[in-house]
Amino acid sequence: MKKAVMLVMAIVLTFTLAACGNNANNSGGNASTPPASNNSGGATTEPSTEPSEEPKLEGSLLATGSSALQPLVDQASKMFMEKNSGVTIQVQGGGSGTGLTQVSEGQADIGNSDVFAEEKLDADKAAELVDHQVAVVAMAAVVHPDVKVDNFTKQQLVDIFTGKITNWKDLGGDDQAIVIVNRPASSGTRATFEKYALGQKSEDLQGSIQEDSSGTVKKIVGETPGAIGYLALSYLDDSIKTVSYEGVAATEENVVNGTYPVWAYGHMYTKGEPNEVAKAFLDYMLSPEVQEGPIVELGYIPASKMQITRDVDGNVTKK
Amino acid sequence: MAQTTLKTSDKRITGKHHFAEEWVGRIYTTLCVLFLVTTIVAMVYFVASRGLTTFFKDHVNPLELLTGLKWSPEGEPPMFGALPFIFGSFSTSMLAALIAAPLSFCAAVFMIEIMPKFGRKYLQPVIELLAGIPSVVYGFIGLSVIVPFFRDVFPGQGVGIAAGALVLSIMILPTMTTVATDALAALPSGLKEGSYALGATRWQTIYRVVLPTTLPSLMTGVVLGIARAFGEALAVQMVIGNAPFIPKSLFESAQTLTSAITLSMGNTVTGSAHNNALWSLALILMLMTFVFVFIVRWLEGRSKL
Repeated sequence: MKKAVMLVMAIVLTFTLAACGNNANNSGGNASTPPASNNSGGATTEPSTEPSEEPKLEGSLLATGSSALQPLVDQASKMFMEKNSGVTIQVQGGGSGTGLTQVSEGQADIGNSDVFAEEKLDADKAAELVDHQVAVVAMAAVVHPDVKVDNFTKQQLVDIFTGKITNWKDLGGDDQAIVIVNRPASSGTRATFEKYALGQKSEDLQGSIQEDSSGTVKKIVGETPGAIGYLALSYLDDSIKTVSYEGVAATEENVVNGTYPVWAYGHMYTKGEPNEVAKAFLDYMLSPEVQEGPIVELGYIPASKMQITRDVDGNVTKK
Repeated sequence: MAQTTLKTSDKRITGKHHFAEEWVGRIYTTLCVLFLVTTIVAMVYFVASRGLTTFFKDHVNPLELLTGLKWSPEGEPPMFGALPFIFGSFSTSMLAALIAAPLSFCAAVFMIEIMPKFGRKYLQPVIELLAGIPSVVYGFIGLSVIVPFFRDVFPGQGVGIAAGALVLSIMILPTMTTVATDALAALPSGLKEGSYALGATRWQTIYRVVLPTTLPSLMTGVVLGIARAFGEALAVQMVIGNAPFIPKSLFESAQTLTSAITLSMGNTVTGSAHNNALWSLALILMLMTFVFVFIVRWLEGRSKL
């Protein structure tokens, strides 16, 4: 009897402790992927797009950080490893904060982030990092399909997310309470939405919902009457209704020409100038092969297509 | 004669053999224990050192952390009031235990007293199977079934403490049932037979003799279940809504210690005040787990079996 209790107790204790570390190792599964063992024959006959590439690139890279960028970097790294059999690239998630910390401390070669390093790290630490902007992620405000509102002004969004407007009838919709579905205060998506759509920080309100993945946000907004949230463009479909911002529809075209402001760069940071392997990989990320391939397929906007640039303070310049 | 010499030498060999075996076993088991103890001590040290930084480096008042109502670590000025999380954790796990305890007691009584053969052979493995289902599956079922149901039936958004407690109660059911079953099975049959001999019916025996005698052990199961519910992160996070407030109803968005940690840990930078505050929450969580373990030990000491 006692033994059994002790055993159960030990197991429960293990579970309890293990539950704390759930989030950290969610992407460790494919960490030990061996380099693609191409025979040399395959490598020489490659239908290369770049004419004179150095023949053999060797080394390993660790890219970690933003879960919003993870699928893209993961896909690109697989394509890169197929072309360069001597290179191993590990891609891990963990969040923008993790990516920036690890690259700043030298634990990772590349830190993926959807916010500028200056916004998360101390100024002197951020100054050491070199920014490589590989893609653009745009976000749109979304509502439950039954909500009869097609456009938000900036002020309306601010009023909703600060709790001044709590019913859709104040915005010309039905008499239905507004349910806010947020991302956590530390999330990069939320930071982008607050910075470029609201223009100010917002606080979590009593009764609001917070979810830590865009998939769950989409599910809840689609099911809860009166719900409002925000999602990256790649998540949009018919289960939710996309709302314009200041009369501008959230489309790729409007982001590219600068009329739709709610977007963020996908950053890949290195500490100092990248080494040979990292540089080759980052160049590959910016090559047409990735910019027109996985970036478009996975719902990002190619950085090369952008007609404008924006710095950390939000100053927009025409390219 | 030859046979006896052979026998003695045989004995000597086996004697030596056992001697070596003894030491190998002893060293091996000692190493295992040392490894476990080191791991636990290191873990406690790590969490404590990170969690206490909030008080020493960021100068957050521990009392403010425990009793403050406002949590906005990224705000101006940052506020670190974790009482809504502590309240959320306690209310969900207690409510889960409240739902699961009667179910697990009755299931155990059925499996041991009413239909021992069928129960132990088929029912118990099925219930133990529940323990093996990953928590994300529970969470997803909660989000897809329980939350929409609550949203339609009760006022509110469906997410909240009620949904969290219901999901958790199913998750802790196997732990509680297993402990309760073992407790009932270990009851000396003399007690029951004595009760029958005095003319008591089966129900009288169960609730006058069996349940009172095994109560400390049953409570052990309840506390283990609460501890498990307290530490569960993923499933709760998916259905509770995660608003850092003490909710006004069971169907309003709330948050627990674990969901606060998993929600923000990856997005905060190591060494920032926000990150340190999350480690403080982890420290609270760990201390609570220790409290639960001590309660279990104390209950075991009171066990009449």
